[in-house]
Amino acid sequence: MKPVAKSSSASNPLDADMHLRLEGIITPMAAMPGALLPILHAVQDAFGHVPPACVPLIANALNLSRAEVHGVISFYHDFRSTPPGRHVLKLCRAEACQARGARELEAQLVSRLGIGFHETTADGSITLEPVYCLGNCACAPTAMLDGTVHGRLSTERMASLLDSCGVKK
Amino acid sequence: MSVRVYVPRDTSALACGADEVAAAINAEASRRGITIELVRNGSRGLCWLEPLVEVETTEGRIGFGPVSVDTVGELFDAGFPNANSHALSLGLVEDLAWLKKQQRVCFSRNGIIDPISLEDFEAHGGWQGARRALAMRPQDIVSAVTESGLRGRGGAAFPCGIKWQTVHDQLVAQKFIVCNADEGDSGTFSDRMILEGDPYRLIEGMLIAGLACGANQGFVYLRSEYPLARQIFVQALERAREAGWLGTNVADSGRAFDIDLRIGAGAYICGEETSLLESLEGKRGQVRFKPPLPAIKGLFGQPTVINNLITLASVPDILVNGAEWYRDLGYGRSRGTLPIQLTGNIRCGGLVELGFGVSLRELLYDYGGGSASGRPIRAVQVGGPLGAYLPESQFDTLIDYEAFAAIDAMLGHGGIVVFDDTVDMTEQARFAMEFCAIESCGKCTPCRIGSRRGVEVIERLRQGVDAAANRALLESLCDTMQHGSLCALGGLTPLPVKSALAHFSEDFQPRPPA
Ligand SMILES: Cc1cc2nc3c(=O)[nH]c(=O)nc-3n(C[C@H](O)[C@H](O)[C@H](O)COP(=O)(O)O)c2cc1C
Ligand code: SF4
Ligand code: FES
Repeated sequence: MKPVAKSSSASNPLDADMHLRLEGIITPMAAMPGALLPILHAVQDAFGHVPPACVPLIANALNLSRAEVHGVISFYHDFRSTPPGRHVLKLCRAEACQARGARELEAQLVSRLGIGFHETTADGSITLEPVYCLGNCACAPTAMLDGTVHGRLSTERMASLLDSCGVKK
Repeated sequence: MSVRVYVPRDTSALACGADEVAAAINAEASRRGITIELVRNGSRGLCWLEPLVEVETTEGRIGFGPVSVDTVGELFDAGFPNANSHALSLGLVEDLAWLKKQQRVCFSRNGIIDPISLEDFEAHGGWQGARRALAMRPQDIVSAVTESGLRGRGGAAFPCGIKWQTVHDQLVAQKFIVCNADEGDSGTFSDRMILEGDPYRLIEGMLIAGLACGANQGFVYLRSEYPLARQIFVQALERAREAGWLGTNVADSGRAFDIDLRIGAGAYICGEETSLLESLEGKRGQVRFKPPLPAIKGLFGQPTVINNLITLASVPDILVNGAEWYRDLGYGRSRGTLPIQLTGNIRCGGLVELGFGVSLRELLYDYGGGSASGRPIRAVQVGGPLGAYLPESQFDTLIDYEAFAAIDAMLGHGGIVVFDDTVDMTEQARFAMEFCAIESCGKCTPCRIGSRRGVEVIERLRQGVDAAANRALLESLCDTMQHGSLCALGGLTPLPVKSALAHFSEDFQPRPPA
């Protein structure tokens, strides 16, 4: 199951501008059957995360309890309640990539970034996430940086990806 | 006249630099004053050759690969895009033995056409199955699928026709067709390749399912890890709608059918059909108790066909060529073809579509060319993270659902992950338990808690603590998970673990501290 987020501290209330933007996302989608996931995706696409303060608004629009909305957010690995770093790096940890050196890449990332999965570097440059298969298993190992898939990764190529994110050497 | 050059727009091709190669080819051509027409096709599935660039000639398409940005200049120096003998030249792509020996049914158009061109699709046999279906009685469509022997390609291998018949027989106004495109198994990408390389094939298959079962609404549940597939499929849906193949009056037949694309959110369990339905309804993806079957009470409580993408993509050709033609392909009770994905530590990895009955060994060595590292192949995991690890002594097993069941293994969605002799099977067994713990929906204890205990026990085994006792504990934990879990996540995670213990027991012996 999904690990519990470390700091889902009392969230900042929504400012007026954000409130408006949220309504603009939620209102047109609220009537579609099974609207919650599409809405959460749209919110996360717009804000980079799902701010906890928007939960009541979504719950209200869909006639759900806050607990139900929170339960859905916490169930799915994709949704995050806190903003990510400037870059998001997802390393494939699944078997086909393991067979081509994903464990070495994992060690490299943990050592150079000084963080583990689901964490963001102190300078906010990069968030590291695990992913279980990106469908690139014949050209493994694989990682996705800000939505772009990179295959046949070596530690050298991984190092240059990190350089391109401004990660300190 | 301009020469037509193909550079795939497919996740694996792009992951190996296809966009950069396409840009370099354009730049180099215009620098040299050569006019080319650059087409972005899907992938042929010769993944080890990606990016595989093709040039159209009067004899057929000549391939070059794997092309990198650095080699584009050299290619032009050698005469590209005209025939030349550069080291990367592969000759006629259709003549490559790897491709020529295959029996491509679902993948007949992949890599050949421009994926979102409706003209290309039609010119290569597209919509013929749908046209037939529009002229048939629903029961006759269902019967054709039943007689073809088609079984679900998502893993459970359930007869497709029986499922369709059940939904067909429900006298209810609102029914649904759901395509399972969650493709969570490591070592699989055939669903993705259809979405990226021949997306109208899925639309056609779903339309036929809708006509057969009396459903006017379809849903595709696509995993979020496939952004390019999503982008291409969205475009395909729009164009199909504009062309009248989706909507309130499909191809002027007076029948309605439309498809809604929904995106998952990174949960492996949402590939399990009832969890998927919960997710489509906007809930936590927790597995439902069965009965009721989805075919009777599925999405929003209505009768629902839920099929894997490849199952649906197999249907058009069955209607065009006949149930008998399809049934004549294959082996034993496994009829038709299976798109097999060769992955991991394999020299020539990619998509091999063949009738059932080929041996694992043929796939690994004749198609795959052995390991990529050049070291001996020691273990292969077939069927995703819940599939067994097979040793060399089982490589003669045939690709057939029953043959795999007979050795306590499964074919799943046709993914084969290859490991060489540097693999540590205790790590693989531990990962199987870890994955189950991460992805458990939490509904039942043997899966939710058992998998965590499993990780700990294997860790103790790895450290050589109380080997005999911990091994016995692990075996009994596996039994509990196998028999006490509601769905196959908890129920089959023991498969990779027990197969690792059984066939690679030397790895589990206490070893001297490093
Ligand atoms: C844990 C788990 C994960 C699954 N993942 C998938 C998947 O990603 N894709 C899929 O088509 N079927 C998956 N299945 C199988 C589905 O439950 C179901 O059998 C399938 O969608 C039925 O379609 P088919 O008969 O066409 O195979 C999974 C099953 C389990 C237990
Ligand atoms: S076996 Fe695991 S995933 Fe399946 S229903 Fe039980 S807890 Fe959920
Ligand atoms: S296992 Fe890593 S991309 Fe499939």
